[in-house]
Amino acid sequence: MFAYLLRRLALTVPTFVALMFITFVAIRLVPGDPVEVRTGERGISPERLAQFRHELGLDQPVWKQFLDYATGLVHGDFGTSVVTNEKVLTEFLQLFPATLELAFFAMIFAILLGIPAGVVAALKRGSVYDQALMGLSLTGFSMPIFWWGLLLIMFVSERLGWTPVSGRIDLIKFYFEPVTGFMIVDAFLSDQAGAVKSAFHHLVLPMVVLGTQPLATLARMTRSSMLEVLGEDYVRTAHAKGLSPFRVVGLHALRNALIPVVTIIGLQIGGLMAGAVLTETIFSWPGVGKWLIESIGRRDYPALQGGILLISSVVIFVNLTVDALYGFINPRIRHGQ
Amino acid sequence: MKTYLKAGLAGISMALLLGATSLSAKTLVYCSEGSPENFTPALNTTGTSFDAARPVYNQLVEFERGSTKVIPGLAESWTTSADGLEITFKLRKGVKWHAVAGYKPSRDFNADDVLFSFERQSKPDHPYAKVSGGKYDYFADMGMTKLLKSLVKKDDYTVVMTLSEPNAPIMANLAMDFASIHSAEYADSLLKAGKPEQFDQVPVGTGPFSFVMYQKDAVIRFKANKEFWGEKPLIDDLVYAITPDPTARYSKLKANECQFVPYPRPADLAEMQKDPALKVISQSGLNIAYWAFNVTKKPFDDKRVRQAMNMAIDKAAIMRDVYLGAGTAAKNMIPPTLWSYNDAVKDYPYDPAKAQALLKEAGVTTPIEIDLWYMPVQRPYNPNAKRIAEMMQADLAKIGVTAKLVTYEWGEYRKRAQQGEHTTAQLGWTGDNGDPDNFFFLRGCAGARAGGQNITKWCNEEFDSRLKKAALLSDVKERTKLYEEMQVIMKEEAPDMTIAHSIVFEVMRKEVEGYKQSPLGGHKFIGVDIK
Repeated sequence: MFAYLLRRLALTVPTFVALMFITFVAIRLVPGDPVEVRTGERGISPERLAQFRHELGLDQPVWKQFLDYATGLVHGDFGTSVVTNEKVLTEFLQLFPATLELAFFAMIFAILLGIPAGVVAALKRGSVYDQALMGLSLTGFSMPIFWWGLLLIMFVSERLGWTPVSGRIDLIKFYFEPVTGFMIVDAFLSDQAGAVKSAFHHLVLPMVVLGTQPLATLARMTRSSMLEVLGEDYVRTAHAKGLSPFRVVGLHALRNALIPVVTIIGLQIGGLMAGAVLTETIFSWPGVGKWLIESIGRRDYPALQGGILLISSVVIFVNLTVDALYGFINPRIRHGQ
Repeated sequence: MKTYLKAGLAGISMALLLGATSLSAKTLVYCSEGSPENFTPALNTTGTSFDAARPVYNQLVEFERGSTKVIPGLAESWTTSADGLEITFKLRKGVKWHAVAGYKPSRDFNADDVLFSFERQSKPDHPYAKVSGGKYDYFADMGMTKLLKSLVKKDDYTVVMTLSEPNAPIMANLAMDFASIHSAEYADSLLKAGKPEQFDQVPVGTGPFSFVMYQKDAVIRFKANKEFWGEKPLIDDLVYAITPDPTARYSKLKANECQFVPYPRPADLAEMQKDPALKVISQSGLNIAYWAFNVTKKPFDDKRVRQAMNMAIDKAAIMRDVYLGAGTAAKNMIPPTLWSYNDAVKDYPYDPAKAQALLKEAGVTTPIEIDLWYMPVQRPYNPNAKRIAEMMQADLAKIGVTAKLVTYEWGEYRKRAQQGEHTTAQLGWTGDNGDPDNFFFLRGCAGARAGGQNITKWCNEEFDSRLKKAALLSDVKERTKLYEEMQVIMKEEAPDMTIAHSIVFEVMRKEVEGYKQSPLGGHKFIGVDIK
């Protein structure tokens, strides 16, 4: 198991280097640099332009810039934002808990609804329920996040007034210093009456919006995986032994059906990060997605490069964990067969 | 795990049982459009960052709320020497600095603070010069590097500023955000503690609100400064809820999650104006959108051709279809809210036949081809440069001019236009300090060099001599006369076609009272109350 993990870990190194190279080159292919973006209509004298470029190292040949950047990375330095002058890692760590909180709850939402829905659809194959569920999941899967988010805000927040429009907590009623960066936890720690409720309230819509696509995927995946397993001999044997349907489905069939579903959950993390960029923008959610979008506009090279690398690391790490988990569920994988 | 879960659930249900309690303090939530870069205005160039620092700071002189009139700030009074080179500021006494977490001021505001605030920007060897990137764009752009010869402390409450030449717009410059006064004592204490960067992250000022906290991309909190030397704040807490999406801002305003929003979407305005819970206010923005002709390129070296272009375009149609009521047609470079605006100037009429005749007179045989550049981005003065370019293209076709539409990435666009690579290009300007010089310099000879801001590359002796002369005079009447004449020259010479001044809208809940819109475009919440 350990050797397996080590092998997987070694494979992440080339992935990481490729990523670093692609981000570095891609952002430089976009015309305009941080100094020009900052200047605006005002213009800048050639001397000042040269001075700023020099300070930011932009007057160096690109290969030299890349080498400097790579050297910094090896030493754990992700660079300094050219806009805020803060360390990229510091900014990332300030914002990441918000994204993590959102992604975590979106995933829980997707798992809690998607897996049971898929199981029921498989058990009632061909029924109206099955048809309706699969139709709905197709809709959910093809729903553009931006449109879905705005639609929910207009209906649930504006028309019905059930949830707040955006943000993470009621700013008028509650104020506390962030401790962990996870609003639900911080609200709990703050001891302020109603803070946790307010934080949950604010989380509901973004969670539903971000969780919709994984929910649809999980429901469909669970259904097809379940159908496959339900047709297996051992399930028939379990039935024949007179086990209760609940034990057959819950213990024998579901556990095996979940193996591919777990992989899908891992793969969804990458999708969740992409979805978070849009969801965070719609709901003014202060996470890393929104930060990256703004960094593109400002041509904040270090923030963008560092941000993408850090997010990629998270995705790689989650996939690695899922792989390990997968190996744990299915011993055949662990042994490298 | 189970125990944690139980504890968590118990906590949640407790919270639900107790319900939300509202604090009695008056809180105004302003849904701001973005995150500041930091809280030191001198380091920044964006309105968003200035707005975020404005509650905290004061300047020596300030703009009166809702106008461009310069009034005393931290300087109670000032006198200018006869030659206009020396300005003596008498500083206000008893002004308290804010206290923030980890810092308690031991003294009141004095001359050392003034010196610190300017020397950080003017002296490259100042201990704070390089802190937080150390780029003082406004200080350089407003010409302060050359203009400020010396700044001397005569006593604790008197400073003398010496200029290298007389300069009329100097007082307006000093009222700008970059000239905010910072605490020298706070700077020293941070330097000793080895964390000077904190100076720009946790601001300490003398303004009506003191800084409480900032969570990147989420919220900035301020509380009323009970010891403020000027008009006392009427609200207890000021909260900036950072909400970049205008649709989300509007939704939050409707849900009373915020009480004030800037920059509404023009498409939402009609609905906002009908909503009895909201108030919409507007004012002509301190800006100009123009279409510049490169006079160094044929046929635009002939003023008749430039005049013909002015007559060929149906400006009213642009106002109607692109600005959607959120703009006024511009006949001068400066907006009508600015002093010295010459209302007697007559704009060119929309007259394609006359335009054609003028082209013929200038010896231009149609059809000719020109390029027409448009910005790839939305600007405060121009909501859709591409749409305007398309409308111009259609109008120009009617007089036999084929316009090729060209654009580049925004940074590249400005660079190339400033180099003068275009024949005609759209661009614009947003004013900084309400001084006409801050607009007219855009057509001065100094900016006509390659790479300069005058993208018409027009250098007219009559215009330029007046521009220079007006900058040296302190008499407003004399300056007004010169600027009025310059507007006449510009219209006749037509180095550009002035398109529009946008109208700036702000929307708030009905309960918000006392807000005055600034012609300079920033936001100030002193004097604002919630009823």
